[in-house]
Amino acid sequence: MNSSKPAGAKGLVAEVVRKQYFWGIIAIVLLLAVNVFKDPSYLAISISPTDGNLVGNLIDILRAAAPVLMIAVGMCLVVATGGIDLSVGSIMVVAGAVSMELLAGSNAPDSLGAAFIAIVVALAISGLLGAVNGVLVSVVGLQPFISTLVVMLAGRGLAKVITGGQNTSAVNEPFRWVANGYAIGIPVVFVLAVLITIAVGMLVRKSALGLMIEAIGMDAKAARLAGLNRRGLLMTAYISSGLLAGVAGIFATASVMTVDVSRTGYQLELDAILAVVIGGTSLAGGKFNITGAAIGAILIATLDKTVVFLGVSSSATPAFKAIVIVALCLLQSERVRALFRQRRIQRPTGTAATKKETVSA
Amino acid sequence: MSTTTATPELKTEKSGNDVFRWLKLHIELLPTIAAVVIFVAMIAYGQIAYGGILQANTVSNLLINNAHLIILAVGLTFVILTGGIDLSVGAVIAFTSVLGVILMNQGWNPWLALGLMIVIGAAFGAVSGILIQYFNVQPFIATLAMMFLARGLASMLSTVPERLADDSPFLVLAENFKIIDGPKVNDLIITPGVIIAIIVVVAGFFVLHRTRLGRTVYAIGGSEQSAKLMGLPVAKTKLAIYIISGTLAGVASAIYTARLGSAQNITGIGWELDAIAATVIGGTLLTGGAGFVLGSVVGALVLGLMNVLITRDGGIPPEATTIITGGILLVFVLLQRGVLAKKRE
Repeated sequence: MNSSKPAGAKGLVAEVVRKQYFWGIIAIVLLLAVNVFKDPSYLAISISPTDGNLVGNLIDILRAAAPVLMIAVGMCLVVATGGIDLSVGSIMVVAGAVSMELLAGSNAPDSLGAAFIAIVVALAISGLLGAVNGVLVSVVGLQPFISTLVVMLAGRGLAKVITGGQNTSAVNEPFRWVANGYAIGIPVVFVLAVLITIAVGMLVRKSALGLMIEAIGMDAKAARLAGLNRRGLLMTAYISSGLLAGVAGIFATASVMTVDVSRTGYQLELDAILAVVIGGTSLAGGKFNITGAAIGAILIATLDKTVVFLGVSSSATPAFKAIVIVALCLLQSERVRALFRQRRIQRPTGTAATKKETVSA
Repeated sequence: MSTTTATPELKTEKSGNDVFRWLKLHIELLPTIAAVVIFVAMIAYGQIAYGGILQANTVSNLLINNAHLIILAVGLTFVILTGGIDLSVGAVIAFTSVLGVILMNQGWNPWLALGLMIVIGAAFGAVSGILIQYFNVQPFIATLAMMFLARGLASMLSTVPERLADDSPFLVLAENFKIIDGPKVNDLIITPGVIIAIIVVVAGFFVLHRTRLGRTVYAIGGSEQSAKLMGLPVAKTKLAIYIISGTLAGVASAIYTARLGSAQNITGIGWELDAIAATVIGGTLLTGGAGFVLGSVVGALVLGLMNVLITRDGGIPPEATTIITGGILLVFVLLQRGVLAKKRE
């Protein structure tokens, strides 16, 4: 919006402040401050003397953020097309169920090969479910809300059928390492999540893919007139979301090596949507911000951990999420912003009048 | 040549069924009619395959067990008709029922507690409505926030099942009244809860089809912009429909709590989806503008009957229930899609 960019560090700060996810960062800092207030050593990170890994509350937050980060990135792409993906939580549980069943039924339960096959098959099925969403939305032309609702309902049922209604658990060291291992002292799961996020971000932002996805979300008709392949782009977005949900499902099940068919990934689609909204991506479509979604995901993980740390029942977490959503929505709403602006510009100058006009228009 | 071939075709169309022509004029009724047809077919299939469906006690149980879903579906019909959505109803039920039971156990007058439950439901709806109408928050996000808030508050109150005293006068809402005393247990039973549900349906029907509010609801669903330009009270109406939906969630909560005699913070998880599914199956378009309260009732009954049939069958694993719900939903949405495409032609 503002063409005159002040240079230097001050300019950088000003730039970040103007970003919508700035409030997300503020919220994370506030939450951490609350924790530090309760326990001054909350932020301390120490090196475990036995294996040299980093341990601490911050590391726990990063580890917990990984699955949400994955589905938030996928959700970001889908939301940018003007759609929504309610099925990510169910795809997570399907991926978990498939991998656990494969590992439990494998002849060489502790081999790297078994883990590899489990991951590949789980991802393939996740991608397939994403493709079902994509076909329903792009070829059949159903609304994204209802198509993904169908896959959400059917997906959880599918996971229950796969495991026979049981909570299957398995033993496999390489698979467990994905969620519980460390690479140079940092949890592997977070490293993987960040690498995948960066890879997706590079793929969509360094090519025209991101722009094209935004274009169909902004105005489908104009995008078609511009010669964009709407079907292909929608399929790409939904399949990516499915695949990333599969990765999240593997992360979530590998950390406990059990799939809980009724609770794994349950209502995580709401967390993902929340992360995306915190990141400043409008649900109306047409633009997306992967950095923002990542900050949103970390905020959600921080919030989850903070609530438990403060000794509140974890089932009460949603109430705190509600406060965050309402606060952020109000901060982003035009009415509240106008209120702030009016207060800042007390005297009725020309600029104030024009600004008011644009608000009312 | 062409005229001679054309005339018989014209004739057949003219002599064709009046029903067919009427259907062509009222094509938006087709999904609702399909829901009724499927409902009748399910009853017929159940009666032939398992027997005992068309019995007074089965019908009574279907109504008693789905009274709360019917009420929720009526509320969501209003919201979805305007093109909005309300995800908060299930969680609002959890919060109001836990709060109501706790207050009653602490010696509150049950009817005062009932009133409070309904008022709180309305308040949640009002907050959603204000966020949506005055702060431009998308309905999905605003009602999602209310869902989180209500669920979290319910969990703060209690995380264990709260039982209502067995002699609580509140339970009268679920008391059985025999209308027809059939042989053995085959009685036609009705509870005050079912009567309330029927009143809600009739009132919903009346408001939507016979009042200004109802006409504005349809107008907003057709095009909010046009409704505004026509000078209709869009802001007031949008606020009103979310309050209606929240109020009805409070009513549904009271009926469900009375039937179960207990409340828990995990009550009503996923009921918003059931209610949305019932509404969509009943022929209401998710984009708004077209649909019927009575259709939503049929949709709720289709879902309820499906559960009955699955239990009767015994061969279908209960895990597959959600797959079947998803399948039914898909079929109906595809049907709507077809109808819309036809309408556009």
